[in-house]
Amino acid sequence: MKVYADNAATTKMSRASIDAMLPYMDEEYGNPSSLHSAGQRAAEALQRARETIAKYLGCDAKEITFTSGGSEADNQAILSAAAAGRKKGKKHIISTAFEHHAVLHTLKKLEKQGFEITLLDVHENGVISPEQVASAIRSDTCLVTVMYANNEIGTVQPIAEIGAVCREKGVLFHTDAVQAAVHVLIDVRKQNIDLLSVSAHKFHGPKGAGALYARKGVILTNVIEGGAQERGKRAGTENIPAIMGMAAAFEESCLAMEENNAKMSAMRDRLIDGLSGIPYSILNGDRFYRLPGIVNFCFEGIEGESLLLLLDQKGIYASSGSACTSGSLDPSHVLLAIGRPHEIAHGSLRLSLSVYNTDEEIDHILKAVPAVVEYLRGMSPLWRDLETGKRKHILK
Amino acid sequence: MALYSEKVMDHFYNPRNVGVIENADGVGEVGNAICGDIMKIYLKIDNNVITDVKFETFGCGSAIASSSMATELIKGKPLSEALTLTNKAVAEALDGLPPHKMHCSVLAEEAIKAAVMDYYDKNGISYDRTQFPDCGSCEHCGHCTEG
Ligand SMILES: Cc1ncc(COP(=O)(O)O)c(C=O)c1O
Ligand SMILES: [Zn+2]
Repeated sequence: MKVYADNAATTKMSRASIDAMLPYMDEEYGNPSSLHSAGQRAAEALQRARETIAKYLGCDAKEITFTSGGSEADNQAILSAAAAGRKKGKKHIISTAFEHHAVLHTLKKLEKQGFEITLLDVHENGVISPEQVASAIRSDTCLVTVMYANNEIGTVQPIAEIGAVCREKGVLFHTDAVQAAVHVLIDVRKQNIDLLSVSAHKFHGPKGAGALYARKGVILTNVIEGGAQERGKRAGTENIPAIMGMAAAFEESCLAMEENNAKMSAMRDRLIDGLSGIPYSILNGDRFYRLPGIVNFCFEGIEGESLLLLLDQKGIYASSGSACTSGSLDPSHVLLAIGRPHEIAHGSLRLSLSVYNTDEEIDHILKAVPAVVEYLRGMSPLWRDLETGKRKHILK
Repeated sequence: MALYSEKVMDHFYNPRNVGVIENADGVGEVGNAICGDIMKIYLKIDNNVITDVKFETFGCGSAIASSSMATELIKGKPLSEALTLTNKAVAEALDGLPPHKMHCSVLAEEAIKAAVMDYYDKNGISYDRTQFPDCGSCEHCGHCTEG
């Protein structure tokens, strides 16, 4: 049995998404900038896709800019707000310690250019409070950027409340909704969101396509210079097939949101209940403020990469925040941000589901994970020390 | 997964010499939990020959495979020969390791040396300390706060 449980990394494309792309790789290959009717048909398709995305975000089609994905949308949102702030002498940005690197690395770049960055501490349950944001805002704050839901532990943030705080204080608010999209109800107007990023490949669309919502009046700065595509804000001939695939996938998943969430969260809860039975393990992130598809555990005494390799051998595709899987020396910044010590963070496992997973697959995972954890603990000198009392258990 | 050679995967899936030797003549432990890998080697030594060896490892796939391979390479060998085992030789025997995983083979070399040093210390045998790692070495990262 093959079980794909790494949907936070990327998802399988839906049939509807593939079907929406095909004509634009086949007979409808016009360039939307061309004057002839082949080009104009492509331009119309592009407009339809823009309207679809806008409809499910609660904004105007004009407020949508297509990008190459979530990373580019995050980069452009932050760099744009920073450019606007710089003009007014406002060079302070607030974010959180557990953002995606697309956000954190962009902020690092701005820091080198003289911006001051405040990264809010994340509570142990993986949730930021609106009060934290409110008390960090200063007179020179030009942007607050807080992810809608975390990609590693799946916790969902109080975005509407943070949006209200930012609006009241007159500070631009960006949220990276790459993981949250199609699983939470987004309404950028009601939630006072000024900038928002999504990425197609996280909701059964193609890779390399994303969208940035920017509220009317928020001026975007180009990340890519060139032609006049996307109202001059993002040069380059539009990736029409991928954009069509994204719009189809977005619509399909938004329409089925309630049903999909119910199915996924039932599977997720089985995983959480089942894996909680493993001794000296801990669920990362709040049990309730969480996406329907993400489960993340730490197991004491073992290392994540070897766990992944053994699960792979059993046909289970998952991910981990251990240092060895990231190729860096430190384990996941997200797990460190919620206060997991290094030695615990190394033993993490993320299982992320989609609506295509089945109950039989959950059964398989629930059988495999405890066995693999036990096997690895059996050869771990760290585990031996914990069991013989030479070292104190950190987890219960 | 294509990250590793077939040899690495073989030693990872079917590690040789896993376990503990009760009353071992030499025990060496290197690495630390904070870095994410600990390797422990147990030696049985008879007449300066390694008659048995076992390991326990907390770590990634290449750490486990490196321990397994290293134990195979020194089993039945005289101490003098085991001490010449380099991390490069361990990595080569595994048909190579990805560059960022070379530290795992370093740990294997150092765990063996630490175990031999423990044997020398226990038996009052003198040796040149500079030939051995000076701590439960994990210079590959900045977290060396233990041992
Ligand atoms: C929260 C979050 N933001 C941004 C990204 C980047 O998206 P993309 O892969 O489309 O660039 C990802 C996906 O890796 C993500 O999970
Ligand atoms: Zn390693």
